[in-house]
Amino acid sequence: MKFRIYRYNPETDDAPYMQDYDLSIDAGDKMLLDAILLIKEQDDSLSLRKSCREGVCGSDAMNINGRNGLACITQLSELKQPIELRPLPGLPVIRDLVVDMTQFFKQYHSIKPYLVNNDPPPETERLQSVTARAELDGLYECILCGCCTTACPSFWWNPDKFVGPAGLLQAYRFLADTRDQATAERLDNLEDPYRLFRCHSIMNCVDVCPKELNPTRAIAKIKDMMVKRIV
Amino acid sequence: MTISKRTFDVVVVGAGGSGMRAALAMSEAGLKVAVLSKVFPTRSHTVAAQGGIAASLGNVTEDNWHWHMYDTVKGSDYLGDQDAIEFMCRAAPEVVYELEHFGMPFDRLDNGKIYQRPFGGHMQDYGKNPVQRACAAADRTGHALLHTLYQQNVKANTNFFVEWMALDLIRDEDGDVLGVTAMEIETGEVMILHARATLFATGGAGRIFSASTNAYINTGDGLGMAARAGIPLEDMEFFQFHPTGVYGAGVLITEGVRGEGGYLVNRDGERFMQRYAPNAKDLASRDVVSRAMATEIKEGRGCGPRGDHVLLKLDHLGDDVIRHRLPGIREISLKFAHVDPAQAPIPVVPTAHYMMGGIPTNYHGQVVAPYKTGPEEVVQGFYAVGECACVSVHGANRLGCNSLLDLLVFGREAARQIIEDLARNPHPKPLPPDAAERPLARLARLDTQKEGESVAEVGDAMRHVMQAHCGVFRFPDLLAEGVKQIGEVAVRARNTVIKDKSRIFNTARVEALELDNLIEVAQATMHSAAAREESRGGHARDDFPLRDDVKWLKHSLYFSAGERLDYKPVRLKPLTVESFPLKARVY
Repeated sequence: MKFRIYRYNPETDDAPYMQDYDLSIDAGDKMLLDAILLIKEQDDSLSLRKSCREGVCGSDAMNINGRNGLACITQLSELKQPIELRPLPGLPVIRDLVVDMTQFFKQYHSIKPYLVNNDPPPETERLQSVTARAELDGLYECILCGCCTTACPSFWWNPDKFVGPAGLLQAYRFLADTRDQATAERLDNLEDPYRLFRCHSIMNCVDVCPKELNPTRAIAKIKDMMVKRIV
Repeated sequence: MTISKRTFDVVVVGAGGSGMRAALAMSEAGLKVAVLSKVFPTRSHTVAAQGGIAASLGNVTEDNWHWHMYDTVKGSDYLGDQDAIEFMCRAAPEVVYELEHFGMPFDRLDNGKIYQRPFGGHMQDYGKNPVQRACAAADRTGHALLHTLYQQNVKANTNFFVEWMALDLIRDEDGDVLGVTAMEIETGEVMILHARATLFATGGAGRIFSASTNAYINTGDGLGMAARAGIPLEDMEFFQFHPTGVYGAGVLITEGVRGEGGYLVNRDGERFMQRYAPNAKDLASRDVVSRAMATEIKEGRGCGPRGDHVLLKLDHLGDDVIRHRLPGIREISLKFAHVDPAQAPIPVVPTAHYMMGGIPTNYHGQVVAPYKTGPEEVVQGFYAVGECACVSVHGANRLGCNSLLDLLVFGREAARQIIEDLARNPHPKPLPPDAAERPLARLARLDTQKEGESVAEVGDAMRHVMQAHCGVFRFPDLLAEGVKQIGEVAVRARNTVIKDKSRIFNTARVEALELDNLIEVAQATMHSAAAREESRGGHARDDFPLRDDVKWLKHSLYFSAGERLDYKPVRLKPLTVESFPLKARVY
């Protein structure tokens, strides 16, 4: 199988380049990550992040034939050759397929991603109805891989100002939690021409999310809450 | 080479469930804490835990901590220390409620309380009927837990050193631990982190086997560092093979599938667990189920053209239950087994999953080792929690859902102990002059080595030896040969070569350093297994099929230097209740 992989090592390379690899394997049931690791056995200088190899840790997000995804749950047999691998777009490259995610996590942290409840905790659990808990489905499952945010043109233009789909999905995860008491502060925190409202519903985020989550819908719900508190 | 140094109150190595639970408590107490992690915290392997956290909340069926304690002692095949087990089971409800208060998105019952499901080996009334004790967030409990703890640490302003790999432990001539040396993966720079307390929360080492449910990062780094620094490793022969790894891929399918009503069938469509565990059936302990599966396969009742796996049937649960309670399993099954579990059974096989052994600690998370006065003397300044530690609450076999519990209970307790110890010990001891000698020598070897085998080749050899010689059933000739072969692989590992010598994000170097740690774990596991002439929990000897409490009711201690084994007694006396007497283990 033929691969074209983005290579860049700042210590030795003046500029990034694409390197071709030819791997004699049968795609069979293999995932893309399996193939990349076989390439790495031949050329140990190829750098990438990896961990769980089952799509829950979010380490091996990359741009695969032009589309963001996780290498470990991308079927090799479904990819057109040469398989072109690049780092996630819109973030600085540290080396090869490894990007600097500082900006991504800065935006995630900016939405105060933790439950706020200032009542003294009860001796047992805080109660939550089945329907209230169901509001968190499709939100809490985010693995912070960065596929969505780095596929978003609004984030490319304003990475320092626009929270991005991953961060906003988590913002709504806490807004939607009946146990959380910081609704007003959370909405104030997003009341800004950029932080929330730079989302133009392009829906690249929905298209690429490897967990099939829907940040655009969450963003629309936040916008709704903004409107409702004015009227 | 001069290396920089930073000083902290506490260095935590590892940012999975136990490391982050401990870090949270210590950050909130105002200590200056550095948390090192090879990966961004939410990528730690806790994220892959699925089924739940055990706690006797009694939200669905009547339950109490003493039943939980009984199940855990029995599950451990009586090798677990009963003081630590009592401590854990009593604290379970409290740490789960705490986690809920932190924002954990548990599934709910109609009355608004936390949803609980049945799980293997968890029973009512001292082993009578299955109980619903596993507190669950769908089948993504570990993911929900890890993210919740990370979020709370963001709130507490915990100082994370992301993508830093700890290299070696620093001990002075008194044997006290004074911190670690570590490498920043992004730059390749080495630094000394000097601290009054060092807490290891480095997780498991499932990557010593070829077929493993574990993440690539599970390379036993804490165990390797401890072993190189002269700390023994406890009960390393006890490795858990999870009954349901996806055939071929090895990815985990939670026991919660069987908790929700799924069951295993052989080639004849027979629900074979009825023969092996008439009462608990598919919800017997994992060691029991894995051995039953291996026996079915061995005796020619396996499925598929090669007869080398069995099937996990859950289609009768219906699409709705599967989508609602087991959505992650559905996803894994579709992606890795190409099966919609609502339509067809999932092919599964016992797969290396969890290390019961580890760095020996007491139930306060303090590392204990034989020294001057006895087998369990506290190593000053050194603590360990989570899978890398052997408290021992899991003994010879861990119950499902007791691992996430272990993380929370002992993460919190170790933090409490460290806070107390540091209050008594306000000044750091000076670093020894050779503090960074060992890791710098290891790095220098990799930088200068020109010829040799690749890390991948030697790693494959190690995994092959472990898989072939130290599996679900263990045979005397294979173990003896395994000891010899793993020793040869260890020699090869000292002469690996990496072609890439660069500094920045050099993952070849990281993998070479990880192999040093894996080899320590593999050696400890093989030697301890070859020496233990009985069958107990996860250690099943073909030549000694029975448990032998007269000779072998004791913990193994493996010392890397000299490849030497020692033993220490099991703590049979709980904290406040009567001991559970030794009994034959029937499910």
